[in-house]
Amino acid sequence: MKERAALIDRTSRNDFVTYGMVIAAFVIVQILSSMGVLTNQLQGLLVPLCVYAIMAVSLNLVVGILGELSIGHAGFMCVGAFVSALFSNQVGGGMPSLLRFIIAILLGGIFAGIFGFLIGVPVLRLNGDYLAIVTLAFGEIIKNIINAVYIGIDGSGLHASLTSANKLVDAETGVILINGPQGITGTPRDSSFLIGILLLLVSLVIALNLTHSRDGRAIMSIRDNHIAAESVGINITKYKLTAFTLSAVIAGFAGALYAHNLATLTATSARFGYNMSIMFLVFVVLGGIGNFRGGIIAAVLLTLIPELLRFLSNYRMLIYAIILIVMMIISWNPASRAFMEKHRLGGHLFKKKNTAGKEGE
Amino acid sequence: MALLEVNHLAIQFGGLRAVDDFDLTIEKGELYGLIGPNGAGKTTVFNLLTGEYKPNEGIIKLDGENITGKSPIEINKAGIARTFQNIRLFKQLTVLDNVKVGLHNHYRYSTAASILRLPSYYRVEKEMNEKAYELLKVFHLDLDADTTLASNLPYGAQRKLEIARAMATGPKLLLLDEPAAGMNPNETQELMDTISLIRKDFGMTILLIEHDMKLVSGICEKLTVLNFGRILTQGITKDVLADPEVIKAYLGDD
Repeated sequence: MKERAALIDRTSRNDFVTYGMVIAAFVIVQILSSMGVLTNQLQGLLVPLCVYAIMAVSLNLVVGILGELSIGHAGFMCVGAFVSALFSNQVGGGMPSLLRFIIAILLGGIFAGIFGFLIGVPVLRLNGDYLAIVTLAFGEIIKNIINAVYIGIDGSGLHASLTSANKLVDAETGVILINGPQGITGTPRDSSFLIGILLLLVSLVIALNLTHSRDGRAIMSIRDNHIAAESVGINITKYKLTAFTLSAVIAGFAGALYAHNLATLTATSARFGYNMSIMFLVFVVLGGIGNFRGGIIAAVLLTLIPELLRFLSNYRMLIYAIILIVMMIISWNPASRAFMEKHRLGGHLFKKKNTAGKEGE
Repeated sequence: MALLEVNHLAIQFGGLRAVDDFDLTIEKGELYGLIGPNGAGKTTVFNLLTGEYKPNEGIIKLDGENITGKSPIEINKAGIARTFQNIRLFKQLTVLDNVKVGLHNHYRYSTAASILRLPSYYRVEKEMNEKAYELLKVFHLDLDADTTLASNLPYGAQRKLEIARAMATGPKLLLLDEPAAGMNPNETQELMDTISLIRKDFGMTILLIEHDMKLVSGICEKLTVLNFGRILTQGITKDVLADPEVIKAYLGDD
C-alpha cells in the first residue's frame, strides 16, 4: 500500500484536482438549478457543454500527448452519434432506458474506435500538416457518406441505398432507419447533465491514466523525438494507433451523448463538419496543448460566451472573435503568465508549453 | 567469439559510396574508437549498425546473430543501443521518465491495467522506478529526477542522460556518437570518468565516435580510422595515432 500511496502522491495529485473541478462544477450547477437561477437557455446548454468538454479531452490525447494534428475529430463523433442512435431506436422500449443508453454509449465508442483504427493505419504514416489534411478529408467523408445513405430494415434484413428511400424496404413491415439527409428521428432523449458529467469523468480517467502509464510514456516519447524512441525499441506504429484509437473511442462517447440529446439527428456541417473539428482544436490550443484541465475550461468558456452574448445579436460573433484573440494573448503572453503565476490566478489554466507532457503542473 | 563482427559493409547513396568495404571486430568488454575527418562516414556506420539505414552489401553479426537489415527496434532488442551526435532526449518528459522509456521493453502490463489502475500497474511501476533510480544514481542524475524536465538539464547532464537512457535498454553493445561534442574540458573529464564507470560496473562493450583526441587516446583501446568511407587503418590506439597516413588524413599533406 505504501508504494501505491507514493505513486498517487507524485503523478495523480493533479489528476484529482481535475476530477474535483468537474465534480465541483456539477455541484454548483445543481445548486444554481435548484435555486431556479438557471435560464432555460442555459439548462439546454448543459449537455452540449459536456459533449464539447469530452471532445476537448479526446482531441487533447492526439494533439497534446501524441503530438499529431487531427482536424477530423467531428467525424468520429458523428460515427458514435449515428451508431448509438440506431441502436437506441431499434431497441426502443425493449430495455430499461439507462441500460439501453449505457450500451448505446459503449457501441458508439467501439464503432468510432474501429473507424479510428481503420483510418489510423494508413493515415498515421504521415505527420504534421499532411496528417492534418488527410484527417480533415476523412472527417468530411464520414459525415458526407452518412448524410447520403438510406438504411432500412424489414423482414428480409437490412437494406441500404445511396439514392432514395423509395422501395428500399417492404411497405408493410419495413422501417427506415437512416433517411438520408433527414437523418434519424425519434431517438430517446436519454442524455442528462448527470450522465454527461459521469461520461466526462470516465473520459478523463481513460486519458489521464493512459498518459501516466508505460503506454503513455511511449506515446509521449514518440511526440518528443521519434528517432530516439525507435532507437530505444519503441514500436512507433503501435503506440500512435493506440493513442489515435482511444481518442476516437472517447469522441464516440461524446457523439452518443450528443445524439441522445436531439430529437432529430442529421449529419449536417453545422453539427459534424470541419468547423466543429476546428473548434475542438481551438479548445485544445487555448486550454494549453496537453493540458486536459485547461482544454475542458476552454471548451466550457468558448461554448458559453457566444450564448451569453446573444443579446448583442449581429455583433455577437465580432465580440466573440475579439474575446478569443484577447484570451490567446493573455494565455500565451509571458508577462501575463508570470503575473498569474505570482498571484496564483489560474496559472494552471494557461500552463507553460514546456510542461505540456505533465498536464496541470 | 567476437561480440560484433562486421564484414564488407557498404552503402550507396545515389552515385556516392558513403561507406565501402568496412570491416570491424569488437571483442566483449572492449572500448573501441571510430575516428576520421568530417564527412568520412562515421555516423553512417552507426546508422547502418543500428538499422537506421539498410546496407547494400555486407553482414553485421552481434554475438553470433545476424542482424543485417533488421529494423532499429529489432536491433535494439537484439542488444545495440546508441546516443546521438545532436542530443535527442524526450525533452518534455522528466529525467526519470526518459530512463523509464528506455526500460519499456523489459517491463510489461496491459493498457487495460494502466487505465483501470490494476495491481499490476502499481507493482510494475514500482519496479521500473527502482531500476531507473538505480541507473540514474550511477550517473549522478537521481536528484529531483521525477520533477525535472530533460530539457531543463545542463548540457553535460543531457549527454549523460542520453547514455543512461541507452543503458536502460539493457544493451550488449553501446554506441556513443561524439559524446564529448560541445563539452568543456571539465565536462569531458567527467564524461571520461562516467564511461570508465559503466565499463567497470556493467562490463559494457563500447564503440564511440570522437573528435577529441585527448579523450580518444585516453580511453580507447583500439581504433579504426575512416577516410572517404574507407578504412584507412585499424589497430591498437597508440600505433594507429602514430601512423603517418592518419596524420596526413587529419592534417593534410604539406
